Amino acid sequence: MSSSAKTEAALALHRFGMGPRPGSIDKIASDPRGALLAELDNPPPYPAAAAALPSSAKAFRTVADANARRQAKATIAARAEAEAKKQQMAAAGTAMTEDAATGMSETATKAAAEAVPDPGRPIYLEEARLRTEAALAADIGFTERLVWFWSNHFCISADKIQSMSGAYEREAIRPRVLGPFAELLLAAENHPAMLFYLDNLGSMGANSIAGINRSRGLNENLARETLELHTLGVRSGYTQDDVIAFANVLTGWTLVPPGDNPEHGGEFSFNPRLHEPGAQKVLGKSYEQEGVEQGRAVLRDLAAHPATATHIATRLASYFVADTPPPTLVERMAKTFVDTSGDLKEVAKTMVTAPEAWSEPPAKLKRPSEWVVSMVRAADITQVDAKRYTGGQRLLGEPLWRPPSPKGFPDDEASWIDGMGRRLDVANNFAERIAGQVDSEEIVENVLCGCVSGDVRQAIGRAESRQQALALLFMSSEFQRR
Amino acid sequence: MSIAHSLSRRAVLIGSGALFAWTQLPRLARAEGRDPRMLVIVLRGALDGLGAVAPVGDPDWIGLRGERALQLDGKTPALPLDGFFALNPAMPNLHRLYKAQQAAIVHATATPYRERSHFDGQDVLESGLSRPGATDSGWLNRALLALETEGRVNPSGGRAFGVGAVTPLIVRGKAPVMSWVPQKLLPASDDTAARLLELYQHTDPKLAVALEGRIKLVALGGGMSADDPMADANPLVVPPVARLRSYFAEAAGTAARYLAKADGPRVGALGFVGWDTHINEGAAAGQLFNLLGALDGAIAAVETGMGEAWRETVVAVVTEFGRTARINGTLGTDHGTGTIAFLAGGALKGGRMIADWPGLKTEQLYEGRDLKPTTDLRAVLKGLLRDHLRVEERALAENVFPDSAAAATPIAGLVG
Repeated sequence: MSSSAKTEAALALHRFGMGPRPGSIDKIASDPRGALLAELDNPPPYPAAAAALPSSAKAFRTVADANARRQAKATIAARAEAEAKKQQMAAAGTAMTEDAATGMSETATKAAAEAVPDPGRPIYLEEARLRTEAALAADIGFTERLVWFWSNHFCISADKIQSMSGAYEREAIRPRVLGPFAELLLAAENHPAMLFYLDNLGSMGANSIAGINRSRGLNENLARETLELHTLGVRSGYTQDDVIAFANVLTGWTLVPPGDNPEHGGEFSFNPRLHEPGAQKVLGKSYEQEGVEQGRAVLRDLAAHPATATHIATRLASYFVADTPPPTLVERMAKTFVDTSGDLKEVAKTMVTAPEAWSEPPAKLKRPSEWVVSMVRAADITQVDAKRYTGGQRLLGEPLWRPPSPKGFPDDEASWIDGMGRRLDVANNFAERIAGQVDSEEIVENVLCGCVSGDVRQAIGRAESRQQALALLFMSSEFQRR
Repeated sequence: MSIAHSLSRRAVLIGSGALFAWTQLPRLARAEGRDPRMLVIVLRGALDGLGAVAPVGDPDWIGLRGERALQLDGKTPALPLDGFFALNPAMPNLHRLYKAQQAAIVHATATPYRERSHFDGQDVLESGLSRPGATDSGWLNRALLALETEGRVNPSGGRAFGVGAVTPLIVRGKAPVMSWVPQKLLPASDDTAARLLELYQHTDPKLAVALEGRIKLVALGGGMSADDPMADANPLVVPPVARLRSYFAEAAGTAARYLAKADGPRVGALGFVGWDTHINEGAAAGQLFNLLGALDGAIAAVETGMGEAWRETVVAVVTEFGRTARINGTLGTDHGTGTIAFLAGGALKGGRMIADWPGLKTEQLYEGRDLKPTTDLRAVLKGLLRDHLRVEERALAENVFPDSAAAATPIAGLVG
């Protein structure tokens, strides 16, 4: 096989996939583009073990139950403490202040926390493990990269709702990354994790029944971020009035309170008592629908808006190809988006069949999560310790499902390049752990099929130890850029 | 964007509490026998200026916020400033500095940005441009470029440094910046780093520049890495409010200790997230109260960490925009416009409010909903850069804050 065919196969794996594994370059070198298209038509199944994971609603109820039990334990402990204190003080002949009687001591809180540990954490770790191992097991991993992209595009944060963070991706995002954008959008915006994350649960119309009785009202967050981040994009022409009207439309989109309903607590629910009655005008169009259909209608129109096509095409192309993608590539992808009513599989196909998407040399800096997964794949490791793995991602500044804001993690070079020192430390630690079983020369020959520069070969050859050679290889430009 | 449980915020902070700094000595200031330090703290998420510094003397104040309005005789009484304004009770340190003429507050201020997107707002705040859009450098970095330097303060490193994995825009640009991340892993050896640097120099100059920053920082940081307070023994445990406070204090204190060193950097920036209080804002008790308390502790930590150098220090605390003047339907506030900036430091001519008060009646609010900005934040920052660091006024108007000459004349007399 010619070396240029191998170079293109390596590019396909780094740029559109999760990075080369042993044998993967040879496997697709005869037709790298065809291999990417074939994966879209026949995406690898998610690990069967996922069936044993709790649904988002179940996870949410489990955590809510644990919180309630912990609270009860703390209250009992605090009462006992207060009683003891009271007797002590009575014995000493002093009066007790009210604070001392009702305050919950740190000891009581700590004891309760130990007695009832947070079940959200193990759920998060198991979700993280399966997701990571799916990326490690994929032949190419193009579909998996699309899942990562869309999960970040429609991000929520485990810092706010840890219990649902993994299930959200599995339920709302994963099944829809190769389908119509409108369906993905609807699934993301009406998922309880999103409604929780963007503060929609208690948002109520000023003229809704609950709004009148409780003198409370709107929260604009979900409406604004849906317009700004998820669909049209910032500065695309919507106004503050559109945000308010859309927020009114979305009132009532909430979840079943977990304490009230052991069967359905934590699931999506439309509460008509919170919903602002009447028609709403969004982007010049009046929506007369009743109830939840009003929001669905607005979302469907947003999905079909030309600004959305451009916004999505730009973000996809920036994520896969270049920080500043070729405008012709973005145009092609946006056109497919419009022509196919947002068929995301067709948009992805347009991207990988466009010549602009294959520019060389690879210039885009991998994000920490992409770099780490490609390093672990190259070492032919397929199973991970979720605690250690997610700890590593956190140290690199990209903790899984914990973006700093609803905008998600950035993916441009300027945001990440100053983290090189930290990457070196992580590569160094990883190399230390695997140096007994994995050899850098083997990775160069069997995984990268020789697709590295003479400079890298020389640096590896002269390294003072196997570990150092591996660290240098993982840190090389060939490994960091795609 | 808002985070309902402030208790679980630490993991977010880990990735974003960023200190960046620069190690050249400002030449003109040196010629005057001064050695000025400047630290900029960016509060990302939009701080509610009215919840932090309340216009208790405004007759419309109580009507606007009702029982959620901070008051001098409230359950947790606000701290009086000048008869008209009062400070959130979570900030006793800042209050003490204000009384000692070492702190000032700018109210009803904003950048030129008038929309309500966090990310565009932060772009304008940090880029120093008058509109959002593509930019690759921040105003602090360009201010450093404009400074005439008198050589490097540290012979081993010509760069600045920072905490955090993602470089904030405010310090991006041509003036070299180093980033510093809390150490937890065993770092790679100097030899491995040197070999990698050589490899990059032959194959990838951009990565070479990035790595070089790290190597020089290690040299500058010296013994600060091993038992650094920011190294986190168990980051996976959900922290209580006390840990939020200690994170802020430790990040700011670490920054100050670097800036205080005789051969350390002179200018730095640090970012804290979490100010987007859409739900249950809790100005007098709760979310915002806790955050302001943590910020107050951070300012105190800067004062302590600076030691003698506090005399020559200015700290500017800024945010992308304010929040709605009224409370929203979920007892929080939505994205707004006018807000405040805190200034502190021994070099400051403090003890005063800097405000051209616009009033709180509906017709006085911006678009009927937000505090109207009457002071351009750039005028404040330009005043500090000119009079404290001695950045030339022309450079300020042309390069640092382009197109700001007419709209934002530097405010004189902030320092000295």
